[in-house]
Amino acid sequence: MSPRTALLFAASLTCAGAGAGDIPRAERRSGYDLMSRETRAIQDDDATNPGMLWVLDGEALWNRKSGAADRACAACHGDARTSMKGVAARYPAFDAALGRPVNLEQRINVCRTERQKAPPLAFESRELLALTAYVARQSRGLPIDIAIDARSKPFLDAGSEAFHHRQGQLNLACSQCHDDNWGKRLAGSVIPQAHPTGYPLYRLEWQELGSLGRRMRNCLIGIRAEPYAYGAPEFVDLELYLMWRANGMKMETPAVRP
Amino acid sequence: MTTRREFLLLATALAVPTAAKAQLDPNLAQKRKAAFQEALRRIVGDAPVRKGRVKLQLPPLIDNGNSVPLSVSVGSPMTDADHVRAIHVLTEKNPLPDVVSVHLGPRAGRASLATRVRLADTQSVTAIARMSDGSFWSDSSEVVVTLSACLEEGLI
Amino acid sequence: MARAVVTVPARAKRGEIVEVKTLAQHPMETGFRRTQTGELIPRDIIRRFTCTYNGTEVYRVELHPAMSANPLIAFSTIATETGTLAFQWAGDNGYSVTETASISVE
Repeated sequence: MSPRTALLFAASLTCAGAGAGDIPRAERRSGYDLMSRETRAIQDDDATNPGMLWVLDGEALWNRKSGAADRACAACHGDARTSMKGVAARYPAFDAALGRPVNLEQRINVCRTERQKAPPLAFESRELLALTAYVARQSRGLPIDIAIDARSKPFLDAGSEAFHHRQGQLNLACSQCHDDNWGKRLAGSVIPQAHPTGYPLYRLEWQELGSLGRRMRNCLIGIRAEPYAYGAPEFVDLELYLMWRANGMKMETPAVRP
Repeated sequence: MTTRREFLLLATALAVPTAAKAQLDPNLAQKRKAAFQEALRRIVGDAPVRKGRVKLQLPPLIDNGNSVPLSVSVGSPMTDADHVRAIHVLTEKNPLPDVVSVHLGPRAGRASLATRVRLADTQSVTAIARMSDGSFWSDSSEVVVTLSACLEEGLI
Repeated sequence: MARAVVTVPARAKRGEIVEVKTLAQHPMETGFRRTQTGELIPRDIIRRFTCTYNGTEVYRVELHPAMSANPLIAFSTIATETGTLAFQWAGDNGYSVTETASISVE
Protein backbone atom coordinates (compact mmCIF):
# COMPACT_ATOMS: atom_id res chain seq x y z
CA MET A 1 0.00 0.00 0.00
CA SER A 2 1.15 3.59 -0.37
CA PRO A 3 2.82 5.15 2.68
CA ARG A 4 -0.04 7.64 2.86
CA THR A 5 -2.71 4.97 3.04
CA ALA A 6 -0.68 3.07 5.57
CA LEU A 7 -0.28 6.12 7.82
CA LEU A 8 -4.00 6.85 7.67
CA PHE A 9 -4.72 3.24 8.51
CA ALA A 10 -2.26 3.25 11.41
CA ALA A 11 -3.76 6.49 12.69
CA SER A 12 -7.26 5.05 12.56
CA LEU A 13 -6.15 2.07 14.62
CA THR A 14 -4.55 4.24 17.31
CA CYS A 15 -7.69 6.36 17.56
CA ALA A 16 -9.96 3.32 17.76
CA GLY A 17 -7.84 2.01 20.64
CA ALA A 18 -6.13 -1.32 20.30
CA GLY A 19 -6.45 -4.32 22.59
CA ALA A 20 -9.71 -6.00 21.67
CA GLY A 21 -7.89 -9.07 23.01
CA ASP A 22 -7.05 -12.56 21.82
CA ILE A 23 -9.36 -14.32 19.42
CA PRO A 24 -11.77 -16.60 21.29
CA ARG A 25 -10.93 -20.23 20.59
CA ALA A 26 -14.24 -20.92 18.88
CA GLU A 27 -13.77 -18.00 16.49
CA ARG A 28 -10.40 -19.09 15.21
CA ARG A 29 -10.27 -19.45 11.44
CA SER A 30 -7.51 -20.66 9.21
CA GLY A 31 -6.47 -18.40 6.35
CA TYR A 32 -7.95 -21.16 4.23
CA ASP A 33 -11.46 -20.05 5.14
CA LEU A 34 -10.77 -16.51 3.98
CA MET A 35 -9.60 -17.48 0.49
CA SER A 36 -11.71 -17.73 -2.61
CA ARG A 37 -13.33 -21.02 -3.51
CA GLU A 38 -10.95 -21.36 -6.47
CA THR A 39 -7.78 -20.93 -4.40
CA ARG A 40 -9.07 -23.41 -1.85
CA ALA A 41 -9.58 -25.90 -4.68
CA ILE A 42 -5.91 -25.52 -5.64
CA GLN A 43 -4.85 -26.47 -2.11
CA ASP A 44 -7.28 -29.36 -1.79
CA ASP A 45 -6.14 -31.29 -4.85
CA ASP A 46 -2.64 -32.79 -4.64
CA ALA A 47 -2.64 -32.96 -8.42
CA THR A 48 -2.98 -29.18 -8.74
CA ASN A 49 -1.25 -27.97 -5.56
CA PRO A 50 2.13 -26.57 -6.67
CA GLY A 51 3.45 -27.15 -3.12
CA MET A 52 3.42 -30.86 -3.89
CA LEU A 53 6.32 -30.34 -6.30
CA TRP A 54 8.45 -29.40 -3.29
CA VAL A 55 7.02 -32.21 -1.17
CA LEU A 56 8.11 -34.70 -3.83
CA ASP A 57 11.57 -33.13 -3.91
CA GLY A 58 11.63 -33.53 -0.14
CA GLU A 59 10.78 -37.20 -0.44
CA ALA A 60 13.75 -37.68 -2.76
CA LEU A 61 16.03 -35.83 -0.35
CA TRP A 62 14.75 -37.89 2.57
CA ASN A 63 16.00 -40.99 0.83
CA ARG A 64 19.28 -39.58 -0.40
CA LYS A 65 22.51 -40.36 1.46
CA SER A 66 24.26 -37.25 2.66
CA GLY A 67 27.30 -36.01 4.55
CA ALA A 68 30.45 -37.67 5.87
CA ALA A 69 28.30 -40.24 7.65
CA ASP A 70 26.83 -41.14 4.24
CA ARG A 71 23.36 -41.66 5.62
CA ALA A 72 19.92 -40.67 4.45
CA CYS A 73 17.22 -39.42 6.79
CA ALA A 74 15.54 -42.73 6.05
CA ALA A 75 18.46 -44.63 7.59
CA CYS A 76 17.43 -43.51 11.08
CA HIS A 77 13.84 -42.49 10.56
CA GLY A 78 12.63 -45.09 8.11
CA ASP A 79 9.40 -44.31 6.35
CA ALA A 80 8.50 -40.68 7.04
CA ARG A 81 4.83 -41.48 6.68
CA THR A 82 5.00 -43.28 10.02
CA SER A 83 8.00 -41.77 11.79
CA MET A 84 7.22 -38.14 11.03
CA LYS A 85 3.50 -38.36 11.62
CA GLY A 86 2.56 -35.65 14.11
CA VAL A 87 6.07 -34.25 14.39
CA ALA A 88 5.57 -30.94 12.62
CA ALA A 89 2.43 -30.35 14.68
CA ARG A 90 4.61 -30.21 17.78
CA TYR A 91 7.20 -27.75 16.49
CA PRO A 92 8.77 -25.41 17.58
CA ALA A 93 9.89 -27.75 20.34
CA PHE A 94 12.32 -27.32 23.22
CA ASP A 95 15.83 -28.55 22.46
CA ALA A 96 17.52 -29.51 25.74
CA ALA A 97 21.03 -29.31 24.31
CA LEU A 98 20.53 -25.78 22.99
CA GLY A 99 18.44 -24.73 25.99
CA ARG A 100 15.77 -23.11 23.86
CA PRO A 101 12.99 -24.00 21.41
CA VAL A 102 13.94 -24.71 17.82
CA ASN A 103 11.71 -24.78 14.75
CA LEU A 104 11.45 -27.64 12.30
CA GLU A 105 14.02 -26.19 9.89
CA GLN A 106 16.53 -25.87 12.71
CA ARG A 107 15.75 -29.39 13.91
CA ILE A 108 16.42 -30.76 10.43
CA ASN A 109 19.74 -28.94 10.37
CA VAL A 110 20.67 -30.34 13.79
CA CYS A 111 20.16 -33.82 12.34
CA ARG A 112 22.18 -32.93 9.28
CA THR A 113 25.16 -31.58 11.17
CA GLU A 114 25.19 -34.00 14.10
CA ARG A 115 23.91 -37.25 12.58
CA GLN A 116 24.67 -36.99 8.89
CA LYS A 117 27.83 -34.94 9.44
CA ALA A 118 26.71 -32.76 6.58
CA PRO A 119 26.73 -28.97 6.31
CA PRO A 120 23.48 -27.34 7.40
CA LEU A 121 21.05 -26.38 4.65
CA ALA A 122 20.65 -22.64 4.15
CA PHE A 123 17.38 -21.13 5.34
CA GLU A 124 14.93 -20.73 2.48
CA SER A 125 17.02 -22.93 0.19
CA ARG A 126 15.16 -25.30 -2.14
CA GLU A 127 16.46 -28.31 -0.24
CA LEU A 128 15.52 -27.15 3.23
CA LEU A 129 12.08 -26.03 2.08
CA ALA A 130 11.51 -29.33 0.32
CA LEU A 131 12.58 -31.42 3.33
CA THR A 132 10.56 -29.30 5.76
CA ALA A 133 7.53 -29.50 3.48
CA TYR A 134 7.89 -33.28 3.19
CA VAL A 135 8.14 -33.73 6.95
CA ALA A 136 5.31 -31.30 7.69
CA ARG A 137 3.13 -32.94 5.04
CA GLN A 138 3.08 -36.05 7.25
CA SER A 139 1.17 -34.03 9.85
CA ARG A 140 -1.50 -32.84 7.44
CA GLY A 141 -4.93 -33.08 9.01
CA LEU A 142 -3.55 -33.47 12.52
CA PRO A 143 -4.20 -30.86 15.21
CA ILE A 144 -1.39 -28.53 16.20
CA ASP A 145 -0.13 -29.68 19.57
CA ILE A 146 2.37 -27.35 21.21
CA ALA A 147 3.10 -28.35 24.79
CA ILE A 148 4.50 -25.64 27.04
CA ASP A 149 6.38 -26.39 30.24
CA ALA A 150 8.50 -24.40 32.70
CA ARG A 151 11.46 -24.46 30.29
CA SER A 152 9.64 -23.19 27.23
CA LYS A 153 7.29 -20.75 28.99
CA PRO A 154 9.76 -17.83 28.98
CA PHE A 155 10.15 -18.19 25.22
CA LEU A 156 6.41 -18.34 24.70
CA ASP A 157 6.10 -15.15 26.71
CA ALA A 158 8.80 -13.50 24.61
CA GLY A 159 6.92 -14.49 21.46
CA SER A 160 3.67 -13.17 22.87
CA GLU A 161 5.36 -9.93 23.79
CA ALA A 162 6.70 -9.58 20.25
CA PHE A 163 3.23 -10.22 18.85
CA HIS A 164 1.66 -7.54 21.02
CA HIS A 165 4.20 -4.75 21.00
CA ARG A 166 4.20 -1.95 18.43
CA GLN A 167 7.15 -1.75 16.08
CA GLY A 168 8.37 -0.33 12.82
CA GLN A 169 7.86 3.04 11.20
CA LEU A 170 4.15 2.36 11.08
CA ASN A 171 4.23 1.61 14.79
CA LEU A 172 1.94 -1.38 14.46
CA ALA A 173 1.69 -4.52 16.55
CA CYS A 174 0.87 -7.86 14.91
CA SER A 175 -2.16 -8.13 17.21
CA GLN A 176 -3.67 -4.93 15.84
CA CYS A 177 -4.22 -6.54 12.44
CA HIS A 178 -4.43 -10.21 13.27
CA ASP A 179 -6.38 -10.16 16.57
CA ASP A 180 -8.36 -6.93 16.27
CA ASN A 181 -9.02 -6.53 12.55
CA TRP A 182 -8.94 -9.99 10.99
CA GLY A 183 -11.53 -10.49 8.29
CA LYS A 184 -11.41 -6.84 7.26
CA ARG A 185 -9.64 -5.73 4.11
CA LEU A 186 -6.22 -4.14 3.84
CA ALA A 187 -5.66 -2.76 0.35
CA GLY A 188 -7.80 -5.40 -1.33
CA SER A 189 -6.49 -8.36 0.67
CA VAL A 190 -8.42 -9.94 3.51
CA ILE A 191 -6.51 -9.79 6.83
CA PRO A 192 -6.10 -13.35 8.16
CA GLN A 193 -5.80 -14.32 11.84
CA ALA A 194 -2.20 -15.39 11.15
CA HIS A 195 -2.28 -19.02 12.19
CA PRO A 196 0.70 -20.85 10.70
CA THR A 197 -1.27 -23.99 9.95
CA GLY A 198 0.13 -24.71 6.51
CA TYR A 199 3.82 -23.86 6.45
CA PRO A 200 5.91 -24.14 4.38
CA LEU A 201 3.32 -22.97 1.94
CA TYR A 202 2.93 -21.96 -1.71
CA ARG A 203 2.17 -18.29 -1.70
CA LEU A 204 0.66 -17.02 -4.95
CA GLU A 205 2.43 -13.71 -4.33
CA TRP A 206 5.82 -15.49 -4.24
CA GLN A 207 4.96 -18.04 -6.91
CA GLU A 208 6.95 -20.55 -4.93
CA LEU A 209 7.05 -22.36 -1.64
CA GLY A 210 8.26 -20.36 1.35
CA SER A 211 8.64 -20.63 5.10
CA LEU A 212 6.89 -18.90 7.96
CA GLY A 213 10.11 -16.95 8.42
CA ARG A 214 9.79 -15.54 4.95
CA ARG A 215 6.18 -14.60 5.52
CA MET A 216 6.98 -12.86 8.78
CA ARG A 217 9.80 -10.96 7.12
CA ASN A 218 7.22 -9.74 4.59
CA CYS A 219 5.03 -8.59 7.49
CA LEU A 220 7.88 -6.76 9.18
CA ILE A 221 8.85 -5.06 5.93
CA GLY A 222 5.18 -4.22 5.48
CA ILE A 223 5.10 -2.27 8.73
CA ARG A 224 8.51 -0.80 7.91
CA ALA A 225 10.33 -2.62 10.67
CA GLU A 226 13.77 -4.18 10.31
CA PRO A 227 13.11 -7.86 9.55
CA TYR A 228 14.92 -10.36 11.78
CA ALA A 229 17.32 -12.80 10.11
CA TYR A 230 16.04 -16.28 9.32
CA GLY A 231 16.36 -18.53 12.33
CA ALA A 232 16.81 -15.59 14.69
CA PRO A 233 15.67 -16.35 18.25
CA GLU A 234 13.05 -13.59 17.97
CA PHE A 235 11.54 -15.43 15.03
CA VAL A 236 11.49 -18.82 16.71
CA ASP A 237 9.90 -17.31 19.83
CA LEU A 238 7.24 -15.71 17.64
CA GLU A 239 6.73 -18.95 15.76
CA LEU A 240 6.32 -20.79 19.08
CA TYR A 241 3.72 -18.27 20.19
CA LEU A 242 1.84 -18.40 16.87
CA MET A 243 1.74 -22.18 16.81
CA TRP A 244 0.64 -22.31 20.47
CA ARG A 245 -2.05 -19.74 19.68
CA ALA A 246 -3.20 -22.09 16.91
CA ASN A 247 -3.22 -25.20 19.15
CA GLY A 248 -5.94 -27.60 18.07
CA MET A 249 -6.20 -26.24 14.53
CA LYS A 250 -5.46 -28.69 11.75
CA MET A 251 -2.16 -28.72 9.90
CA GLU A 252 -2.53 -28.00 6.18
CA THR A 253 1.00 -28.27 4.81
CA PRO A 254 1.59 -27.61 1.97
CA ALA A 255 -1.04 -24.87 2.05
CA VAL A 256 -1.74 -22.40 -0.74
CA ARG A 257 -2.28 -18.75 0.14
CA PRO A 258 -2.80 -15.57 -1.94
CA MET B 1 18.74 -6.53 0.51
CA THR B 2 20.49 -3.29 -0.63
CA THR B 3 21.25 -0.79 2.11
CA ARG B 4 19.84 2.68 1.86
CA ARG B 5 23.31 4.10 1.15
CA GLU B 6 23.97 1.63 -1.67
CA PHE B 7 20.61 2.35 -3.19
CA LEU B 8 21.07 6.13 -3.11
CA LEU B 9 24.46 5.82 -4.80
CA LEU B 10 23.09 3.56 -7.49
CA ALA B 11 20.00 5.69 -7.94
CA THR B 12 22.03 8.80 -8.59
CA ALA B 13 24.21 6.94 -11.06
CA LEU B 14 21.24 5.49 -12.90
CA ALA B 15 18.99 8.51 -12.51
CA VAL B 16 19.53 10.23 -15.84
CA PRO B 17 19.23 7.38 -18.37
CA THR B 18 16.61 5.30 -16.52
CA ALA B 19 14.43 8.24 -15.55
CA ALA B 20 13.49 8.74 -19.16
CA LYS B 21 12.75 5.03 -19.69
CA ALA B 22 10.86 4.77 -16.41
CA GLN B 23 8.24 7.23 -17.62
CA LEU B 24 5.00 5.41 -18.21
CA ASP B 25 3.82 5.50 -21.78
CA PRO B 26 0.76 7.78 -21.80
CA ASN B 27 -0.70 5.73 -24.66
CA LEU B 28 -0.23 2.40 -22.89
CA ALA B 29 -3.91 1.46 -22.72
CA GLN B 30 -4.40 2.28 -26.36
CA LYS B 31 -1.32 0.33 -27.42
CA ARG B 32 -2.38 -2.73 -25.49
CA LYS B 33 -5.87 -2.59 -26.93
CA ALA B 34 -4.35 -2.40 -30.40
CA ALA B 35 -2.10 -5.36 -29.63
CA PHE B 36 -5.17 -7.33 -28.55
CA GLN B 37 -6.91 -6.52 -31.83
CA GLU B 38 -3.83 -7.54 -33.76
CA ALA B 39 -3.54 -10.84 -31.87
CA LEU B 40 -7.21 -11.48 -32.55
CA ARG B 41 -6.70 -10.78 -36.24
CA ARG B 42 -3.73 -13.18 -36.33
CA ILE B 43 -5.98 -15.93 -35.00
CA VAL B 44 -9.19 -15.37 -36.95
CA GLY B 45 -8.07 -13.37 -39.96
CA ASP B 46 -11.15 -11.71 -41.47
CA ALA B 47 -13.59 -14.38 -40.27
CA PRO B 48 -16.42 -13.29 -37.98
CA VAL B 49 -16.28 -14.31 -34.32
CA ARG B 50 -19.61 -15.28 -32.80
CA LYS B 51 -20.46 -15.22 -29.11
CA GLY B 52 -21.45 -18.60 -27.76
CA ARG B 53 -20.53 -22.29 -27.43
CA VAL B 54 -17.45 -21.25 -25.42
CA LYS B 55 -17.61 -21.06 -21.65
CA LEU B 56 -14.79 -19.12 -19.99
CA GLN B 57 -14.69 -19.27 -16.20
CA LEU B 58 -12.62 -17.02 -13.98
CA PRO B 59 -13.23 -15.93 -10.39
CA PRO B 60 -14.80 -12.45 -10.52
CA LEU B 61 -12.62 -11.16 -7.67
CA ILE B 62 -9.28 -12.87 -7.46
CA ASP B 63 -6.94 -13.48 -4.54
CA ASN B 64 -3.77 -12.71 -6.44
CA GLY B 65 -3.09 -11.65 -10.02
CA ASN B 66 -0.06 -13.95 -10.20
CA SER B 67 -2.14 -17.07 -10.31
CA VAL B 68 -5.75 -16.82 -11.45
CA PRO B 69 -7.54 -20.14 -11.99
CA LEU B 70 -8.98 -20.19 -15.50
CA SER B 71 -11.08 -22.80 -17.22
CA VAL B 72 -12.40 -22.88 -20.76
CA SER B 73 -14.74 -25.45 -22.20
CA VAL B 74 -16.37 -25.53 -25.62
CA GLY B 75 -19.64 -27.22 -26.48
CA SER B 76 -18.92 -29.65 -29.30
CA PRO B 77 -19.63 -33.33 -30.13
CA MET B 78 -15.87 -33.72 -30.73
CA THR B 79 -16.40 -36.14 -33.60
CA ASP B 80 -14.18 -36.35 -36.66
CA ALA B 81 -16.76 -34.37 -38.58
CA ASP B 82 -17.42 -31.74 -35.93
CA HIS B 83 -14.85 -30.82 -33.32
CA VAL B 84 -12.83 -28.00 -31.81
CA ARG B 85 -9.40 -27.55 -33.37
CA ALA B 86 -7.99 -24.82 -31.19
CA ILE B 87 -8.72 -22.69 -28.13
CA HIS B 88 -6.99 -19.34 -27.64
CA VAL B 89 -7.05 -17.05 -24.61
CA LEU B 90 -6.30 -13.33 -24.91
CA THR B 91 -6.23 -10.35 -22.57
CA GLU B 92 -6.60 -6.65 -23.20
CA LYS B 93 -4.39 -5.15 -20.52
CA ASN B 94 -1.50 -7.54 -20.00
CA PRO B 95 1.85 -6.49 -21.51
CA LEU B 96 1.28 -9.18 -24.16
CA PRO B 97 -2.19 -10.11 -25.43
CA ASP B 98 -1.63 -13.87 -25.86
CA VAL B 99 -2.03 -16.07 -22.81
CA VAL B 100 -2.27 -19.62 -24.07
CA SER B 101 -3.23 -21.59 -27.16
CA VAL B 102 -4.44 -25.16 -27.19
CA HIS B 103 -4.40 -27.44 -30.23
CA LEU B 104 -6.60 -30.50 -29.97
CA GLY B 105 -8.96 -32.80 -31.81
CA PRO B 106 -11.59 -35.53 -31.38
CA ARG B 107 -9.17 -37.58 -29.20
CA ALA B 108 -9.64 -35.03 -26.41
CA GLY B 109 -13.20 -36.17 -25.78
CA ARG B 110 -14.03 -32.79 -24.32
CA ALA B 111 -12.70 -29.48 -25.59
CA SER B 112 -11.42 -27.93 -22.40
CA LEU B 113 -8.47 -26.49 -20.54
CA ALA B 114 -7.99 -25.69 -16.86
CA THR B 115 -4.94 -23.70 -15.89
CA ARG B 116 -3.73 -20.67 -13.92
CA VAL B 117 -2.84 -17.37 -15.55
CA ARG B 118 -1.32 -14.03 -14.69
CA LEU B 119 -3.49 -10.95 -14.98
CA ALA B 120 -1.82 -7.60 -14.69
CA ASP B 121 -4.88 -5.51 -14.05
CA THR B 122 -8.64 -5.50 -13.73
CA GLN B 123 -9.71 -6.38 -17.25
CA SER B 124 -11.61 -8.51 -19.67
CA VAL B 125 -10.29 -11.93 -20.73
CA THR B 126 -11.42 -13.52 -24.00
CA ALA B 127 -11.43 -17.15 -25.12
CA ILE B 128 -11.76 -18.00 -28.81
CA ALA B 129 -12.47 -21.44 -30.23
CA ARG B 130 -11.73 -22.46 -33.79
CA MET B 131 -14.01 -25.21 -35.04
CA SER B 132 -13.25 -27.90 -37.60
CA ASP B 133 -15.59 -26.13 -40.03
CA GLY B 134 -13.45 -23.00 -39.82
CA SER B 135 -15.88 -20.98 -37.71
CA PHE B 136 -14.84 -18.99 -34.63
CA TRP B 137 -16.74 -18.67 -31.37
CA SER B 138 -15.88 -16.71 -28.23
CA ASP B 139 -16.67 -15.83 -24.64
CA SER B 140 -15.38 -13.02 -22.42
CA SER B 141 -15.11 -12.63 -18.69
CA GLU B 142 -14.46 -9.59 -16.48
CA VAL B 143 -12.01 -9.97 -13.60
CA VAL B 144 -11.14 -7.57 -10.80
CA VAL B 145 -7.46 -7.69 -9.83
CA THR B 146 -6.07 -6.06 -6.71
CA LEU B 147 -2.52 -5.74 -5.39
CA SER B 148 -1.25 -7.60 -2.37
CA ALA B 149 -1.15 -5.55 0.80
CA CYS B 150 2.22 -6.51 2.25
CA LEU B 151 4.66 -6.88 -0.61
CA GLU B 152 8.01 -8.51 -0.06
CA GLU B 153 10.33 -5.95 -1.57
CA GLY B 154 11.30 -3.23 0.84
CA LEU B 155 10.12 0.04 -0.59
CA ILE B 156 12.80 2.65 -0.05
CA MET C 1 14.21 -33.51 -8.34
CA ALA C 2 10.50 -33.61 -9.21
CA ARG C 3 10.33 -31.42 -12.27
CA ALA C 4 6.82 -32.35 -13.23
CA VAL C 5 3.92 -34.29 -11.77
CA VAL C 6 1.19 -35.91 -13.81
CA THR C 7 -2.06 -37.40 -12.58
CA VAL C 8 -3.75 -39.92 -14.84
CA PRO C 9 -6.20 -42.64 -13.75
CA ALA C 10 -4.48 -46.03 -13.75
CA ARG C 11 -7.52 -47.76 -15.22
CA ALA C 12 -10.38 -46.77 -17.51
CA LYS C 13 -13.10 -48.24 -19.69
CA ARG C 14 -12.65 -48.08 -23.44
CA GLY C 15 -14.15 -44.88 -24.77
CA GLU C 16 -14.30 -43.24 -21.35
CA ILE C 17 -13.17 -39.62 -21.15
CA VAL C 18 -10.45 -39.37 -18.51
CA GLU C 19 -9.12 -36.30 -16.75
CA VAL C 20 -5.42 -35.55 -16.95
CA LYS C 21 -3.75 -33.07 -14.62
CA THR C 22 -0.16 -31.94 -15.07
CA LEU C 23 2.04 -29.66 -13.00
CA ALA C 24 5.50 -28.51 -14.03
CA GLN C 25 7.97 -26.84 -11.69
CA HIS C 26 9.13 -23.70 -13.48
CA PRO C 27 9.34 -20.01 -12.47
CA MET C 28 7.95 -18.82 -15.84
CA GLU C 29 9.98 -15.63 -15.72
CA THR C 30 7.96 -13.17 -17.77
CA GLY C 31 10.73 -10.94 -19.00
CA PHE C 32 8.88 -7.90 -17.64
CA ARG C 33 10.21 -7.93 -14.10
CA ARG C 34 13.08 -5.76 -12.99
CA THR C 35 15.68 -6.13 -10.25
CA GLN C 36 15.80 -3.61 -7.42
CA THR C 37 18.34 -1.60 -9.42
CA GLY C 38 16.26 -1.54 -12.59
CA GLU C 39 17.75 -4.26 -14.77
CA LEU C 40 15.31 -6.32 -16.76
CA ILE C 41 15.24 -10.00 -15.79
CA PRO C 42 15.33 -11.97 -19.07
CA ARG C 43 12.35 -14.03 -20.16
CA ASP C 44 12.59 -17.72 -19.30
CA ILE C 45 9.41 -19.68 -19.80
CA ILE C 46 8.05 -23.02 -20.89
CA ARG C 47 6.92 -22.50 -24.49
CA ARG C 48 5.23 -25.74 -25.38
CA PHE C 49 3.50 -28.70 -23.79
CA THR C 50 2.59 -31.85 -25.71
CA CYS C 51 0.74 -34.97 -24.73
CA THR C 52 0.96 -38.10 -26.86
CA TYR C 53 -1.01 -41.27 -26.36
CA ASN C 54 0.88 -44.31 -27.62
CA GLY C 55 2.77 -41.97 -29.89
CA THR C 56 -0.17 -39.98 -31.27
CA GLU C 57 -0.42 -36.33 -30.25
CA VAL C 58 -3.71 -35.73 -28.49
CA TYR C 59 -3.18 -32.31 -26.88
CA ARG C 60 -0.73 -29.49 -27.48
CA VAL C 61 -0.36 -26.16 -25.70
CA GLU C 62 1.58 -23.01 -26.54
CA LEU C 63 2.42 -21.11 -23.39
CA HIS C 64 3.09 -17.38 -23.15
CA PRO C 65 4.49 -15.31 -20.24
CA ALA C 66 0.94 -14.81 -18.94
CA MET C 67 0.85 -18.42 -17.81
CA SER C 68 1.48 -18.65 -14.06
CA ALA C 69 4.63 -20.06 -12.51
CA ASN C 70 4.61 -23.82 -11.95
CA PRO C 71 2.01 -24.16 -14.68
CA LEU C 72 -0.98 -26.40 -14.30
CA ILE C 73 -2.41 -27.86 -17.49
CA ALA C 74 -5.51 -29.98 -16.97
CA PHE C 75 -7.41 -31.49 -19.84
CA SER C 76 -9.21 -34.62 -20.94
CA THR C 77 -8.55 -37.43 -23.36
CA ILE C 78 -10.46 -40.51 -24.50
CA ALA C 79 -9.17 -43.79 -23.07
CA THR C 80 -8.82 -45.52 -26.43
CA GLU C 81 -6.43 -48.36 -25.56
CA THR C 82 -3.99 -49.59 -22.95
CA GLY C 83 -0.66 -47.86 -23.19
CA THR C 84 1.43 -44.86 -22.29
CA LEU C 85 0.69 -41.21 -22.13
CA ALA C 86 3.86 -39.22 -22.69
CA PHE C 87 4.13 -35.59 -21.65
CA GLN C 88 6.75 -33.19 -22.88
CA TRP C 89 7.50 -29.64 -21.75
CA ALA C 90 9.95 -27.55 -23.78
CA GLY C 91 11.06 -24.00 -23.24
CA ASP C 92 13.72 -21.33 -23.15
CA ASN C 93 17.35 -22.05 -22.34
CA GLY C 94 17.04 -25.66 -23.45
CA TYR C 95 14.43 -26.56 -20.89
CA SER C 96 13.09 -30.01 -21.68
CA VAL C 97 11.19 -32.34 -19.36
CA THR C 98 9.35 -35.57 -20.10
CA GLU C 99 7.06 -37.64 -17.95
CA THR C 100 5.05 -40.73 -18.71
CA ALA C 101 2.02 -42.43 -17.21
CA SER C 102 0.53 -45.81 -17.95
CA ILE C 103 -3.14 -46.41 -18.46
CA SER C 104 -4.87 -49.74 -18.55
CA VAL C 105 -7.98 -49.74 -20.72
CA GLU C 106 -10.47 -52.59 -20.64
